[in-house]
Amino acid sequence: MPDADYRIYALAGMALFAIGFYSMLVQAHLLRRIMALNVMGSGVFLVYIALGAQTPGPIPDPVPHAMVLTGIVVSVCATGLALALVDRAQAAASEVEPGDDA
Amino acid sequence: MTSAWAMASLVLSPLVAAALTFAFPRLGRSLALGTAGVAGLAVVRLMRLVFAGGVQTHRVSGWGAPLGIELRADGLSVLMLIVTALIGVAIALYSQRYFVSEHDDEARHRERYFWPLFLFLWTALNALYLSADIFNLYVTLEMLGFAAVTLVALAGTHAALTAALRYVFVSLSASLFYLLGVGLVYGQCGTVDLPSLAAQARPGPALWVALALMTGGLVAKAALFPLHGWLPPAHANAPAPVSALLSALVVKAPFYILLRLWFEAFPALMTPAVAQVFGALGAAAILWGSVHALFQPRLKLVIAYSTVAQLGYLFLLFPLTAAQEGGFMAWSGGLMLLGAHACAKTAMFLTAGNILHAAGHDRIEDLDGITHILPVSVFAFGLAGMSLIGLDCPRAAGLPGNGCC
Repeated sequence: MPDADYRIYALAGMALFAIGFYSMLVQAHLLRRIMALNVMGSGVFLVYIALGAQTPGPIPDPVPHAMVLTGIVVSVCATGLALALVDRAQAAASEVEPGDDA
Repeated sequence: MTSAWAMASLVLSPLVAAALTFAFPRLGRSLALGTAGVAGLAVVRLMRLVFAGGVQTHRVSGWGAPLGIELRADGLSVLMLIVTALIGVAIALYSQRYFVSEHDDEARHRERYFWPLFLFLWTALNALYLSADIFNLYVTLEMLGFAAVTLVALAGTHAALTAALRYVFVSLSASLFYLLGVGLVYGQCGTVDLPSLAAQARPGPALWVALALMTGGLVAKAALFPLHGWLPPAHANAPAPVSALLSALVVKAPFYILLRLWFEAFPALMTPAVAQVFGALGAAAILWGSVHALFQPRLKLVIAYSTVAQLGYLFLLFPLTAAQEGGFMAWSGGLMLLGAHACAKTAMFLTAGNILHAAGHDRIEDLDGITHILPVSVFAFGLAGMSLIGLDCPRAAGLPGNGCC
């Protein structure tokens, strides 16, 4: 694989990460912020895969692939946890009485 | 018990107990006590092995670094494991009675989930301190974050859930910063194994970016000023044993990873400028946290802001240790403070839990006369406070005398 190829993917991954982080900071809607976290995660995974293609020869380095698999498992759990938490927080907010949470 | 058995039981006993407690809620209290016993024995055994034979390693399933997972225990790991076990045992004992005192269904519901989450948190901490590579540290850090966030939400109040939401967003994005840094380090060095990184690392722009990303993520998780905003609401709105766990143990884990990164994996990049940045942020945290603590109307918020300040003291370890002369003194002093703060903060949050329970609130203005109702708790609270101040004085006053600054 020519040298420039994997760098494009790595830079694209960094860009995705930056876009995701920006949305995480500016979006007020909680669901959008969770999606922004997922975009950040995808960016990180893309960087890993791109760096796996760094090795000379046709066969990529399998170690980053294994790490990405682990990362995907973690990010699915994280998304589940965040969604459950948002659900509970909204339920609690709707039944909260004024001055209850001082 | 060989070191492999000791390390395996430190990770596996709380993990198995957590799964069992989740399935059989009635066993919660006894399983937690059992785990406390096993983990306590294992950590003492491991400490003796490390003292006698130096660094202990174990290749899980025979697969060693760089591909497999290696468990490793050295002096620093053992210290962190001992602190964790001490606090863990104390909280397991305290929580035997904490949830009983509230006779309603909500309290039972909270206790049902407290035990498995507490044991998961303990698993994550032990696994983190035994990890020998930066990717495993990511996985264990994430496990720790999940357990911690859920424990914050445990109280179920609106304030607690809001704090947990804020915490989960900080925690997850901080983890992704760390993970991206790990990827870049692997791209540069071709390994994630902590001991081999020091040999492979060649300072360059890519490595600096990687370290900056990892450090940024870890600093947010360790609640160092100015990224401490999530800590006071999260720690102050949780049930007492949870506040104690979070303040005493959870914020120490990212700090431990920072120590590993900067002093073990990349000592070549630990320039005086970097050390000074850590020092400046630490000093700002001490001032900011302490001043804010003075103005808090609620007892638990005072303790939480004091944690922000005390974490600042921990970060002074970087400039003091990096200054070659007397570096070892600063290192030991910093780690001693870490252990002392963990014990004192646990005592403070647990006694604040008693006060909150007896008075029904923790507004400092209306706590007049609490010493007559809870003399022992208030005395313990005072002792913990003295430990926080008293240990600060010899450190601040004594170290310059030893040629450190």
